Amino acid sequence: MKKQAGLAIAALLASTTVAGAEGVLNIYNWGNYTHPELLERFTAETGITVTLTDYDSNDTALARVRQGGHGFDIVVPSDTYMQTWITEGLLMPLDPAIVTDRANIDPNWIDVPFDPGREYSVPWAWGTTGVIVNTALYDGDINTADVVFNPPPELSGRINVIPEMSDVMSIAIYYHGGERCSMDTDLLRSVRDTLMAAKPHWLALDYGTVDAYVAGDFNAGIYWNGATMRVRLQNPDFAYGYPVTGYPLWMDNAAVLSDAQNPEAAMKFLNFILQPENAALISNFARYSNGILGSEAFMDPEMQGAPEIDVPSELAAAGRFGEACPQEVNDIHTQIWTEMLQ
Amino acid sequence: MGGNGWKWLLCAPALVVLVLAASGPLVIVAIYSFLSPGNMGGVTWEFSTEAWFRVFFRRDIFEPDLVTWNTANLAIFWRSVWLSIQTTVICAVLGFPTAWFIATRSPRSRPFWLFLITIPFWTNLLIRTFAIQEMIRNNGTINTVLLWSGLIEQPLQMLFTDFAILLGMAYVFLPLMVLPLYAAMDKMNLSLIEAGYDLYGSRGAVLWHIILPLVKPGFIAGSILVFIPAIGAYVTPRVLGGGQSLMLGNLIALQFGQGRNWPLGSALAMLMLIVVVVALVIYLRTVGRSDGERRV
Repeated sequence: MKKQAGLAIAALLASTTVAGAEGVLNIYNWGNYTHPELLERFTAETGITVTLTDYDSNDTALARVRQGGHGFDIVVPSDTYMQTWITEGLLMPLDPAIVTDRANIDPNWIDVPFDPGREYSVPWAWGTTGVIVNTALYDGDINTADVVFNPPPELSGRINVIPEMSDVMSIAIYYHGGERCSMDTDLLRSVRDTLMAAKPHWLALDYGTVDAYVAGDFNAGIYWNGATMRVRLQNPDFAYGYPVTGYPLWMDNAAVLSDAQNPEAAMKFLNFILQPENAALISNFARYSNGILGSEAFMDPEMQGAPEIDVPSELAAAGRFGEACPQEVNDIHTQIWTEMLQ
Repeated sequence: MGGNGWKWLLCAPALVVLVLAASGPLVIVAIYSFLSPGNMGGVTWEFSTEAWFRVFFRRDIFEPDLVTWNTANLAIFWRSVWLSIQTTVICAVLGFPTAWFIATRSPRSRPFWLFLITIPFWTNLLIRTFAIQEMIRNNGTINTVLLWSGLIEQPLQMLFTDFAILLGMAYVFLPLMVLPLYAAMDKMNLSLIEAGYDLYGSRGAVLWHIILPLVKPGFIAGSILVFIPAIGAYVTPRVLGGGQSLMLGNLIALQFGQGRNWPLGSALAMLMLIVVVVALVIYLRTVGRSDGERRV
């Protein structure tokens, strides 16, 4: 046994040295979010081997990287978390000598509040959190949070809400005309009452539900635009609504970790996804926009002009970027959330 | 002491593992429960009893001076305990005949039946849970068969209910009840049953006065093995319950994730530990009291 263990260790050491010579890039990204072809293309171009590790929430990613010793080079945090990553010194500024194509970023996505001037990150994908409705069952207006908070009888009892506290709280707060991190007690009371009254109409609070919508388990819900598109491509009855009272906008951003093992390869990868033909792959896989100029030309035909991707101009103003709320506000949100799920 | 004084060193590896792997994390959790939440997760090293306060009480969001019981946390606690008790009872009721069937096969075929019991362990829990989801969903196997046979006209809503959680937990934990029950029955002296019949005991009397007392150690071990993991179950309520009503494991995970309140999560985890230990002690004192005298 001992001998075998020794051999295994030797083999492991040998393999890491060999891999190290060619270069390895360790990407830490959300699950089910990375087009395999994107990585294959990068390896073919650069000779750098890529490994991909999944996470399921910003909190998981942040906690793991804070501990150190993770071995990752690239992470893809959401806009609300970017400032935490930057101020804690977890990210490395972009190296202009390698990341040369920042001009490819859509000017709207350069001076973003979460990373002004794009000093640390490049866009990965952006989207909206709205509502999904089976329009074969309900033909009323779907650009309203009422389909979930105050649902018509034909949708009640068949509703799924993503278990993303900040998204759901945001939609409920905007529904009552408030600001994302407001401490206004009257507002928060209305928000709680709305959620408590809506909850009995809901069947589940579940994530991985593209199949479940297609299979007919759910008829409506709070959902992301790209995921809704994946549902619609399998069942054209489903449509995406942008709540007119306000809905969250979000953007995930690729950045290099300050303790990256292979920062050079990581910077190369960031420049690689700034190329329109590569960014288009990201969109084709997860069905979200990417913020890179000219990438539409390389996207699948069904992405062009898709109602989930092109925000209707009259509803564009209702989309809002959020912020991570201070702990005392987050505690109140958690309390309301727990009360709702008790 | 002499040469024997160093013998304890042979235990050192076991002691180190126990101290580091078992007590170490627990101590960290206990300490964290008395600290303050950090910015975006983690803790800051400031002593605080706020987390423990919040486990039991809540300050009204709208009138901070008004302090009431935290009924939400208590309701979630109670749901976990109640579902775990139900799971344990279901496993015992289903596990007893199963174990009895195996124990009464010929010694040569018993390994085969035991082997069948262990087959579910070959597949990851998550995959098995999703398989159950596939069976009980609205257009899943069971509903399709029932609709086809004309027994029902509308699909039964089984997925995302407490029934689904119970089904999943009973399925997952059943082997943990069968195996200790089998072990107890295997040691049983079958001639005692014959003796019971010889003394004109009815079937019920033999079951109640002979078999059940003899396999009681198996019931105790099995109940403990089922109840403890059931109370902390995370995957099953999440996948089959659809996350619309939390259990303890989900409540704790919420605090470490989106709630970003690690001290509160730690305090809830400690409380769960305390509840389990207290439940165990009560259980062993009531059920297990006469165990020693009766063992054959």
